[in-house]
Amino acid sequence: MTRILIQNGRVIDPSQEMDQQIDLLVEDGKIAAYGPRADHVDQVIDATGKIVAPGLIDLSAQLGEPGREEDETIQTATAAAVAGGFTSILCLPNTEPPIDSQASVEFIHQKAARANNCHVLVAGCVSKDRAGKELAEIGSLVEAGAVALTDAPRPIQNSELLRRALEYCLMFDRPILSHTEDWELSHDGVMHEGKISMMLALPGLPTEAEDVMASRDIRLAESTGGRLHLLNISTASSVDQIRRAKARGINISAGIVPINAVLTDECLRSFDSNYKLNPPLRSQEHVDACLAGLADGTIDVICSGHTPRASEKKMLELDLAPFGMVALETTLGFVVTKLIEPGHLDWISALAKMTIHPARVLGIDRGTLQMGTVADIAIIDPHASWTVDPTEFRSKSINTPLAGWTLRGRAVQTIVAGTPKL
Amino acid sequence: MLEIQPDPVLKFPESWHRHHLLDLESLSADELMTILNTAAAFKSETHGFRRKLTALQGKTCANLFFENSTRTRNSFSLAARRLGGDTIEFTSAGSSIAKGETYIDTARNIEAMTADIMVVRHSTPGTPLRLSKHVDCCVVNAGDGPHEHPTQGLLDIMTIWEHRRNFEGLTVALVGDIAYSRTARSNIWGLKKLGAHVIVCGPATLVSRHWEDFGVEVVYSLDDILPRCDVLNLLRIQFERQHTRPFPSVREYALLFAMNRERLARAKEDILIMAPGPINRGVEITPDVADGKHSVILDQVTNGVAVRMAVLWLVSNARDRKECRR
Repeated sequence: MTRILIQNGRVIDPSQEMDQQIDLLVEDGKIAAYGPRADHVDQVIDATGKIVAPGLIDLSAQLGEPGREEDETIQTATAAAVAGGFTSILCLPNTEPPIDSQASVEFIHQKAARANNCHVLVAGCVSKDRAGKELAEIGSLVEAGAVALTDAPRPIQNSELLRRALEYCLMFDRPILSHTEDWELSHDGVMHEGKISMMLALPGLPTEAEDVMASRDIRLAESTGGRLHLLNISTASSVDQIRRAKARGINISAGIVPINAVLTDECLRSFDSNYKLNPPLRSQEHVDACLAGLADGTIDVICSGHTPRASEKKMLELDLAPFGMVALETTLGFVVTKLIEPGHLDWISALAKMTIHPARVLGIDRGTLQMGTVADIAIIDPHASWTVDPTEFRSKSINTPLAGWTLRGRAVQTIVAGTPKL
Repeated sequence: MLEIQPDPVLKFPESWHRHHLLDLESLSADELMTILNTAAAFKSETHGFRRKLTALQGKTCANLFFENSTRTRNSFSLAARRLGGDTIEFTSAGSSIAKGETYIDTARNIEAMTADIMVVRHSTPGTPLRLSKHVDCCVVNAGDGPHEHPTQGLLDIMTIWEHRRNFEGLTVALVGDIAYSRTARSNIWGLKKLGAHVIVCGPATLVSRHWEDFGVEVVYSLDDILPRCDVLNLLRIQFERQHTRPFPSVREYALLFAMNRERLARAKEDILIMAPGPINRGVEITPDVADGKHSVILDQVTNGVAVRMAVLWLVSNARDRKECRR
């Protein structure tokens, strides 16, 4: 029996609405006691001046493996996750082959066990081969351990398929994660459609491409009663629709990649492909609406949107370069620096969106420091000031628009099932 | 026979510091006038390019064209050679993916052949700007997709300037495919800076209302604006850049927007008719108008050589002078 005492820390656990200075004992991989005396412990971690929080949970990581090992592997992604304070990450199924079979789910679990860094949860495909045509064997995927179903980052264009999937998933009580985008409207878009895209003559991703799908998704969630989570929203209309849907009692939740609540499409004036993201960086009115949605609880979850892409791909022309940024190692610092410190969110609500809320979306017993639960813990230095240097990333890819930024807030220790990993 | 003579004593304008010409959006009115004055001086000193100068002697100008072009490429080559420079021609239509080499690597290879100036055309917006971050030589944008074509904007503006000498109070309409036209963008920024009133006119699917944010008038009817325009610049429809048809048919487009004899009769007496080549006779302009007395289309082509001489000289000299100070 290993006993670890975390001393003198400020424990913030949104699941218990707890924010207090208290010692925490971890025993045999579980949260064992609060405020105990420090006798017979194997390890004492001094958390003076630090925040002790449930380990962060990410709902949207792309792990590259199998199929795109030049971008990332499960080994490197989980190492990056641990460095960023994440103890559980949800692997999106856009691997090659896609995760639409039991064997694929088991492969991810095996590789994750071998990497032995953090928990890797698996999202299986909604459709066979992620092709958006017919249902994947969802029951088998769930049996193999898939905790959610999604075709993300590909949107489900076929409304009938989504409706059937929502109904079918009622049998397994698993959520569907939806990336809301109408491909006919977004077509070959590169950036947010608006004044800046007009100036730069870059093909636009209009807000309506997201809005009409958010509207469809909400309606289908309402009529089927299925569990639906909108993975990464970015428009004022999405926020507004979700707010009204929740007020009507519809069972939906929504997440956001935090950069969409901070940076605008002005960044694209550099033509730097590291700003080519999907959902795209939008104009100020949408950024403001996202911030408001985060603050009033309309947006439940903050996710990393971790999308590693090898540098030779990001070096291509802007229209050919792939979307996305690596984010597992910067999300926490970005949230502290850009959302908490300016006062948009307080610590407890920001941490809720990265711990207990994503756990509830998946329906898993994580994201909490309640007695008896698995000891997944992030110890955060809220004042640590550090410069983002992609050459130091544990991730295999370096595609980030935050290179050279000074961030505050960093995980100094990440404990996964009772074992310190940093 | 060309006579090679010592250069006229052209004094380098101290206010010019740019090593690259990537767009007209970021240029000041003073910088635009510096280019125009330099271009006019080159044009007169060479008696309309019949003399060769030495301002670029010992310099190599590389034409790096990732998209097909004949007139712009030849115009740049001629400009470089008239100034005594050497040229490298590199034409490679197709993307990085098709070639298996990134455009940045291609450019670095060309630069390694000791290019001093790189003239870049590419179908993707921003590519010249991105290249300028990866090479040491001067970069001149010769058209980056629908984004900008600064020397085209300059030659259009120079042509207007030669005929009118003043931009204040002048009304210039850009007609046609504004959305996919790099010529439109470069003209808008340049003309606005110099004080002209700019109208963009075309099918609503190709003319964004956002232009109003920049003080540009947005109009959908050519007939409504005709009587008050001093200059019409008739843009080609860029079918190859559009993934869906923005209007039902070419016939309907010509009906609404083609400049023909009937429309010309309702225009100002001294209206200038311009078009960046290549023109589609019968679509945006009828042959009688293209070849008529109001047309300055061929003046534009001639002035293209002058503004390109000016730009090549200004950017390469600015870079030399900075090197010297180091």
